[in-house]
Order: sequence, then structure tokens, then C-alpha cells
Amino acid sequence: MAERTSLAVRDLAVHFEMEQGTVRALEGVSFDLHAGRTLGIVGESGCGKSVTARSILRIVDRPGRIVGGRALLDPGTTEEADLIAIDPESRRMRGIRGGRIGLIFQEPMTALSVHYTVGNQIIEAVRAHSDLSKAAARDRAIELLREVGIPRPELRIDAYPFQLSGGLRQRVGIAMALAGDPDILIADEPTTALDVTTQAQVLDLLRRLQREKNIALMLITHDMGVIAEMCDEVAVMYLGRVVEYAPVADLFAAPRHPYTRALLRAVPSILATPRQRLATIGGAVPHPGARPSGCPFHPRCGDFMPGRCDAALPPPLRPGEAGASCFLEVPA
Amino acid sequence: MLSYLLQRLGLAVVTCIFISALTFVIIRLPPGDFVDAYIANLTASGSSVSQEQAAAMRVEYGLDRPVIVQYARWMGRVLQGDFGVSMVWRRPVSEVIGDRLWLTMVVSLAALFLTWAIALPIGIYSAVRQYSIGDYVFTTLGFIGLAVPNFLLALILMYLGFRYLGLSVGGLFSPEYVQAPWSWGRVWDLMKHLPLPAAVLALAGTAQLIRIMRANLLDELRRPYVVTARAKGISERRVVLKYPVRAALNPFASSIAYLFPYLVSGSIVVSLVLGLPTVGPLLLQALVAQDMFLAGAIVLLLGVMTVIGTLISDLLLMWIDPRIRLEGRA
Repeated sequence: MAERTSLAVRDLAVHFEMEQGTVRALEGVSFDLHAGRTLGIVGESGCGKSVTARSILRIVDRPGRIVGGRALLDPGTTEEADLIAIDPESRRMRGIRGGRIGLIFQEPMTALSVHYTVGNQIIEAVRAHSDLSKAAARDRAIELLREVGIPRPELRIDAYPFQLSGGLRQRVGIAMALAGDPDILIADEPTTALDVTTQAQVLDLLRRLQREKNIALMLITHDMGVIAEMCDEVAVMYLGRVVEYAPVADLFAAPRHPYTRALLRAVPSILATPRQRLATIGGAVPHPGARPSGCPFHPRCGDFMPGRCDAALPPPLRPGEAGASCFLEVPA
Repeated sequence: MLSYLLQRLGLAVVTCIFISALTFVIIRLPPGDFVDAYIANLTASGSSVSQEQAAAMRVEYGLDRPVIVQYARWMGRVLQGDFGVSMVWRRPVSEVIGDRLWLTMVVSLAALFLTWAIALPIGIYSAVRQYSIGDYVFTTLGFIGLAVPNFLLALILMYLGFRYLGLSVGGLFSPEYVQAPWSWGRVWDLMKHLPLPAAVLALAGTAQLIRIMRANLLDELRRPYVVTARAKGISERRVVLKYPVRAALNPFASSIAYLFPYLVSGSIVVSLVLGLPTVGPLLLQALVAQDMFLAGAIVLLLGVMTVIGTLISDLLLMWIDPRIRLEGRA
């Protein structure tokens, strides 16, 4: 892994102060993003995938608050900057948002404003990160739309989002994320709302853009198929923690954390016999306010060791090293 | 877009016709017809009218013809600006209403703009800084504004204005301008008198609109497109003003339609207290005196104005929301 490390997230912790008590959305999340490589982040709803993305961009909504950790842009270089230490409203942070780190969003239906043309919304992003004139920014926006494979971009630029199909809208979203020419892209479930054919096209597009621009891609999904197809490394998250980190082939060949194994079992198999029941993970994600003691996965875990798993939190992963945060990994 | 416009216009015309029919029914509701009322009036003042004269008058006014024909003739006259004769004032209705209609519109529009000018920024502030001290202060003031009867506020403001600011309160004109013909001096005098009634009339609507704006904007601020806009790296002020505020503006545009009649009919007591020469008090007098031509004319005019207000708010919505403009969906 000789590629340059673009972003190093260390011990990121985010709390939501609710009336019912503090919800610990992220509890010490660490991972690295490398130029030209894809990190998959996988987990069930509510495990903190999207909060991670927003924390890096410093756009966590109230009552969410980053209570600890660092997110180092260009770590180890003279340019190193801790995003968590920068004022989120500052000009510098705004320049990083969209300029260094682009966000591709989940819902192509609702993530674009219906009140403005797609051109207006892309041009705004272009001009936020360059000194281009209006006309030049428009040309650039058309160029971006062509780059993401939108046919007849010089016409589509004046369309409103509701006049485009879901697939085209998601491409518009990608064009918008690219408008500031970022070298890091965070894609938050970019294909969840799309049909499978469109999904494949969008994933192809992301791969091509990554190759052309040597982009560090962070791909958030709950789809193991997307992970297998796209990623180099995978971080599995559960209740605000990274519970397993591994190169993608190792993860599928030899998952180490019981939660990863359960997730992989839940993927429907083409070899299954008809009417075979799909495997599920027992129980549900606990309410964030009622977090189980010890390892938060222990009530749903098949390998639960009483007296151990419910007593203490298993040791966290060392960033960049494959492993699982589980007592099965630790000799008793 | 054009078809949507034409459809709205057509509906407006149809609505106006229904309003006029209803008005005609209202005018004819009291027992007896206009001639009966006229004779009763004359008898009360000492003169008398013979049966022949009465019959002649009925023919002259077309009261012997079928209802439909009467309605058509009445509409024909209304379209020429002839609303009949007010029995209380013994003058043509159009003369009685006269300036009052324009003054009503001036006061209402002033109140409307004041409502917007106050409610829009406060609503935005309250939503963006939800649960801040400022939000609580404005919320409290807003609820007080909703709860205080307007006429009470009018009295208090009149007292304060007169006692401490030495303003000439009451009415829309200083005594020397009340009967004067229109001149720049009179317009300026009107301007000086306008703030107080406009403020009183705007109060309740403002409180309501702040709540609406706040609730709408809070909804919109949670939408994914706001995250998208923030992720682009544009400033928070621009994010909020360009995207969610624009989306939350729809109810503002709609409010034109209902605020106008509310300002006119809801302001009768305030107008009486403040001595405003507007349509509201006139309508009250006409109804008390069963002056049906006058009442009918006012009802008709208010109805038509409400329709026009609705049309304007539809046009504004088209301007704000491209989905309506391009797909003709309301």
C-alpha cells in the first residue's frame, strides 16, 4: 500500500445530547483513506456510517457534537490539517468542503433542491471553489455533466431535478461533488435508491472517475455486493465503532468478527434452494440510549462469552491493521 | 405554464360569478323588495307613495320580471359601476364606498407588508437558532401577539402615541385633510397616519406567520438537499437563504389570499376604535341598518378582491416553485 494517505481519522467520537440522555453515535472511530483506493464502510442502519461522513465535513447537525478525535488531511506532510480543530464556519473549512472532500449523497430525489435547475446548483459549487466567470463556470458545469455520462449536457443543464430520472439525478449529484475538483470522495449509499442496472452504471462511473483522478473513495453502504465489487479495504461498523477492518478479499474469505460473519450470512445466495429462509441477525440494533454493557454486540452474538463480553469493551483496532475488535481475538 | 395560467383565470371568473349570484341572493333576502323598503322609508319621513307610483317604480326597476332577468340587469349595472342606492345614506352606493375602498386596500397592503417584513426575518431566525434565548423571546412575544385582542392594543398604542409622542391619532387623516381633495399633502398626511393602524392590524397575522415560517423552515432544514448544499462549501448564510428558506416561502405566498379578507373583516372593531374610514365599519353599519344594496356591494367587492388575492398568490407560487410552473400541479 504505497499510495499516499489522504485522510487519517483517529478516535473520532460524536455525541448527540438528547432530552432522553446522551446518544453516543460514534465512539472512537479510526481509519485511513488512500489516494486511488476505496474504503468500504458497512453496517446496519444507525451504526454511525453517515455521521462519520458528516463529521469529516464538519456538518453534523445539532444536537450532534464532535467530542473527541482527529481527522487529519494529508497526514505526515507539511500541509497536515486537523479538520476537527478547524472552525466549521471558517473560509478554510468551506474550501475543504467540496474543494478537497466531495460528498455524494444517498437520495437523488431529495438531495437536490427542486427550486433551482441542476445547472444553477452545479455552477454554484464550481464558483465556490474557483474564480471562474459565470459563463466559464457554466461551460465547466456542462463539461462535468458530460464527464459523468449525462447525454446532451448542454440541454440537461437547464433541467430541474424533477425532470430527470433517478439515475441521471445521481449522476448530477456526482458531477456536483466533482465540481470543486476534490481528491477525496465520500459516497453515502450512492446506489441505495437506484435499480440494479442504474446501480451498476453508477458504480462503474465512480470506478472510472477514481482511476482517472486518483481519488480516495470512501464508500458507505449496507450492501455486501457493492463492497465486494468496489472496495479495496472494508471497515465494518456496529453502534459507532469499527468492529472489523480487513482487505476486501480477506473479509469475505475469513471474516473474523461474529458480526461480520452474521452480516455475510444474511446475504442471499444464488445457490440457495427455493423457499429457503433468508438468514437474519437475531434481535435488532439496540436503542442508542440503551447501549448494552461491554461489547455492544453481545446480546445478538452467537459466540457470546458470559462474564467476558458483557463485562468490558474489547480492545479497539489499531488503525490500518487488519483485525477484529472482539474477545475471540484476545487470548483469555 | 400558459394553460395553468388560463385555467386559474377561468376559475377566478367562475368564482366571481358565483360570488355575484350569492350577493344578489343576499340583497334580496330581507322580506319585501326594494320598492317596499323605499316606500317604508318615505312613509317614515312623512311623505306617501300611491299604489300606481309603486307599480311604476317596480316596472322601472324591473322588479316585475323573472329573478334571472333581474339578476342579469343588476349584473349589467354593477359592471358599469352602478351598485344601486344606499338607503341609509340616500346616495349611490359607489359614492358611499368611494375612497373607502382604496383606503382599505392601502391600510391592508401596508399591514400585509409589515406582517411580512417582521415575520420573515424573525421566522428564519427562530428556526435557524431553535431553542436559543432569542427564539424563546420571539416565541413568547408571538404568543402574546396572538392572544391580545387587537382593539385593546389599538387603544394602548393610541394612548401611548398621543401621550408621549404627540401623534395625532385616530383616523387616517388630520382634520384639515379629511374632506380635502387628493393632493401630495393629503398623501403625505396618510403616510404619517398609516403606521399605527398597520402595526395593530399586522400584529396577529405576524405572530401567526412567524410560527408558520418557523415550523416550515425547521422541516426544510432537515432535508438532504441542505446537507448537499453545505457539502459544496458555500457559506451557511447562503445555504439557508438560498435553499430551505425558498422552499419555506410557499405559505407566505399563500397567505396573501387569506390575509386580505381577514384584514378587512377582522379589522372592523379596530377600524371603529381607530376611526379608520375603511370599508369594515361601513359594512357593519349597512348590516345593522339592513341597507342591502350597500352591504351587497361591499360583500361583492370583498369577494372579488379575495379572488384576485388568490390569483396573485397563485402567480407568486408559480414564480417560487418551478414544479407548479412546469407541470401545472398545485
